[in-house]
Amino acid sequence: MNPFETLNAQQFNRLVSSAGVPMTRREALRRSVYGSAGLLLMEPLSIRADQPTPTGKAKSVIQIWLWGGACHVDTFDPKPEAGAAYVGQLNEPIETNVSGIRIGQLLPELAKIADKYSLIRSMTHRNNGHETAAYLVQTGRSSERDVFPCIGAVTSYFKGYDSGYTGLVPPYIVLTQPQGRFSEAGFLGPKYKPFATGSDPNAQVFAVEGVVSPDVTEERQKNRRDFLGKLNTLGGAIPGDATLKTVLQNNEQAYEMILGDAGKLFNLSLETDEVRNKYGRNTFGQSCLMARRLVEKGVPYITINYQGWDTHKQHFQIMNRKLPELDQGLAALISDLSASGLLDSTVVWCLGEFGRTPKVAMESPWNGGRHHWGNVFSALVAGGGFKGGQVVGESDAKGEDVKSRPVYPADLISSIYGQLGIPEDAPLPHPLGTPTCVVPGKDEKVPMEGKLTELI
Amino acid sequence: MRIRITLISLIAALCGTAYGIHPVYESGPVEFHLGQNPSVSEQIDDLIFKRLHELDLDPANLTSDSAFLRRAYLVVIGTLPSAEEVTRFLGSADPNRRTQLIDELLARDEFPEYWAMKWCDVLRVKAEFPIKLWPNAVQAYYRWIFTSLRANKPYDQFVRELLLANGSNFRNGEVNFFRAMQDRSPDGIAATVALTLMGERADKWPKKKLEALGGFFCELSYKSTAEWKEEIVYYDPIADKENRAETAIFPDGTPGNLRKFKQDPREVFADWLIRPENPAFSRAIVNRIWAWLMGRGIVEEPDDIRPDNPPSNPALLELLQKDFIANNYDLKHVYRVILNTKTFQLSSIPNLDAPEATANFAHYPLRRMEAEVMIDALNLITVTDEVYSSPIPEPFTFVPEDIRAIGIADGSITSSFLELFGRPPRDTGYMAERNTRSSSQQRLHLLNSSHVLKKIKTCPLVTKAVEEKWDTEKLARTAYLTILSRNPMPEEIQAITQYGGSDGGKDLAEDLVWMLLNQPEFNYIH
Repeated sequence: MNPFETLNAQQFNRLVSSAGVPMTRREALRRSVYGSAGLLLMEPLSIRADQPTPTGKAKSVIQIWLWGGACHVDTFDPKPEAGAAYVGQLNEPIETNVSGIRIGQLLPELAKIADKYSLIRSMTHRNNGHETAAYLVQTGRSSERDVFPCIGAVTSYFKGYDSGYTGLVPPYIVLTQPQGRFSEAGFLGPKYKPFATGSDPNAQVFAVEGVVSPDVTEERQKNRRDFLGKLNTLGGAIPGDATLKTVLQNNEQAYEMILGDAGKLFNLSLETDEVRNKYGRNTFGQSCLMARRLVEKGVPYITINYQGWDTHKQHFQIMNRKLPELDQGLAALISDLSASGLLDSTVVWCLGEFGRTPKVAMESPWNGGRHHWGNVFSALVAGGGFKGGQVVGESDAKGEDVKSRPVYPADLISSIYGQLGIPEDAPLPHPLGTPTCVVPGKDEKVPMEGKLTELI
Repeated sequence: MRIRITLISLIAALCGTAYGIHPVYESGPVEFHLGQNPSVSEQIDDLIFKRLHELDLDPANLTSDSAFLRRAYLVVIGTLPSAEEVTRFLGSADPNRRTQLIDELLARDEFPEYWAMKWCDVLRVKAEFPIKLWPNAVQAYYRWIFTSLRANKPYDQFVRELLLANGSNFRNGEVNFFRAMQDRSPDGIAATVALTLMGERADKWPKKKLEALGGFFCELSYKSTAEWKEEIVYYDPIADKENRAETAIFPDGTPGNLRKFKQDPREVFADWLIRPENPAFSRAIVNRIWAWLMGRGIVEEPDDIRPDNPPSNPALLELLQKDFIANNYDLKHVYRVILNTKTFQLSSIPNLDAPEATANFAHYPLRRMEAEVMIDALNLITVTDEVYSSPIPEPFTFVPEDIRAIGIADGSITSSFLELFGRPPRDTGYMAERNTRSSSQQRLHLLNSSHVLKKIKTCPLVTKAVEEKWDTEKLARTAYLTILSRNPMPEEIQAITQYGGSDGGKDLAEDLVWMLLNQPEFNYIH
């Protein structure tokens, strides 16, 4: 859509016919000065027709993104029998509360609640580049030319503002940093980009970028807002301009965040120390707690971008530090959601862009690292109507390839869309008008095996 | 031809309405006579105003000097004028001051820098995903684009070099034209060539037409070298195993008549494309430049030229093409001609806010500053900077500390600000990739982010005002000149005094800078 086309043909006709003759600038100005509704005909343009909010079992999604690619054999698909060259130090996987399911030894809290989630051990896309793999896993597509929106942006498109979402905070939130070059919204455009909180939920004050500014008092915020409105000289010169009207509306939406209750929602000091400690006093743990609070407020999509999994060097040292963090935060999140009943309507999925080489790279300069591995990797899926206590697919004896039931990114994503009630054939607004559906069509030649019927 | 608007505004003035000429943004009604031996700029205006007359539309008034100055700086060099530059220009009584300013801007160092940014969007200059240029290749490609623009390389030569590029992607920058595309099959290359150099979308062509053009790119091969990620692009007659080159047909239907081993088919294609008689070539580029400067193409979208998407003013497009060819494909000449029109200098206050008026350039459209231009402007005003770094480790790209966002070569070097404000991902080369729509998140960032608030707190406008105990009037004057590139009106000074008293002070200075940075008048080119 061209933002400079301030009126569509129909609006123009209405404008013309309302005056009998085309309305001149002076006429338009006079009308607006005298409070006529003439110019209010110009509604801000929306790129899609109204669609009813999709209904499904799931209302929210929490995506835990193990950014950089976490090792599948050290987490959800242990292979102690593969030998020392493969397992390294982590050679004693533990039993979970579901008989027959073992997971990595550094995940004891998750082991206690395996009945609440399922594991997919046969994720595959065979791509070892961070960018491409991250794109594949989060869009389900391998684009030749177009850049597709990721699942968070698509969810925001179907369950966000256009469908009547009126939450305190935007419908798609990223804790805390966006994934850099990964364009979440793709061709949907910036309206569907996530709101990235910035700051650190584990800091003294979680100063969410744009929302919480400790230095500016509420009174000063309000004074400034009035001041801004009073001196809008350009707006006064072109009072009917649709572009400027959109800016003013966007300002109002921003002020709802600044002056409304959003600040309280992000204020983690309102939680008890006991609760905060349960999630772990680190950025990831407190992000999980924040995600829970956002789900409680009905935010449709939350992504936790959990950095630091690209462990080409010092892999095991890093695992010893990070896996307990992951274990504590994720287990607390799933347990709490389960206890409050929200897990039934909240999908939690946890994975990275790929797994890591099952064989440890002992040679210099890696000296005990693991590289990228897109042939097979694992995902954890919980809630939102997905069954718990299941394992889907298998990798081979050493965790190097898929042994049975390959699950492609599109399969996982389309299963989540299914739980959210977003129809597979719901159209996406392709910039060139090419018919495009939420789930890739056969003609797109995206590898797919079908939805995760095992878990639904 | 005398425009009726003069009469209307005369009546308006007699009737005492205040709606005639806006005191800040406008200088007066358009007065236009097509004299003897009109310049090309005048011929353009003639065509525009004639067309508006046919449609029974009136053009907007002419911009004021300050509005013109600001627009010219932002449009021509992507850079905000400094307060000194504003004062100097507003103090000039030279009747040729606008033309002189245009010449000055076209000669500035920022000109090739800013236009390299725009060309890098079109030519997809970006490391890694999904374009797969390696950082050294990005730098080589950028260097070629930048130096070509700085030298004002004739466009026919520019395109010929791109099309016939051979050699290492690290050494011959222009060869990356054949690498910076996701689909490097002959048809994929053909589609990119159609989009980039003809402004046409091959996916709207019959499949046969694309395949026939693909025939010209069948004898092209890529090979790696001993250097990591280096690739050689070269003419390779045996690469065309299916003899597709023999069936190559130019997009206008003329058979290619290629004969194997005689000549690189790309040369034959370049000879066909770059000819004065081939309208597809000059049309695409003059329309693109018009769209860049005017905010909208004569064919809109500018890279979607096809028979069922006709130009809003065919004679205008033809005039620009003829003039471009007569001037030996001189790109700067096209800029100069367009910038010197009255059409470019019309106010953004529409006489009639209707699609026909917009499509026929009856007023200058409001458009938000591009992401890079906006952050550079914020930094210029507040005397702060940003830190940019490359996320791609090997080889690590060195980014100078004082770099401005418009000068960043690599599309993958970015910041959350640039992303938020719609910097194009440079994946496809479509002009529509660059997004200048407003969003509430952008507003939240400008209104209340620590990023922007910190810049305001430490900016010299605030600190100097406090140190030197500026009164409110001086504060307002300096802030308006620095941020909005104009003097404040008495009513505005009055409102500011009402808000914060007449003594200035730190809080008022901060609030004032904050308020002006958040005005659409600042964020939008008008």
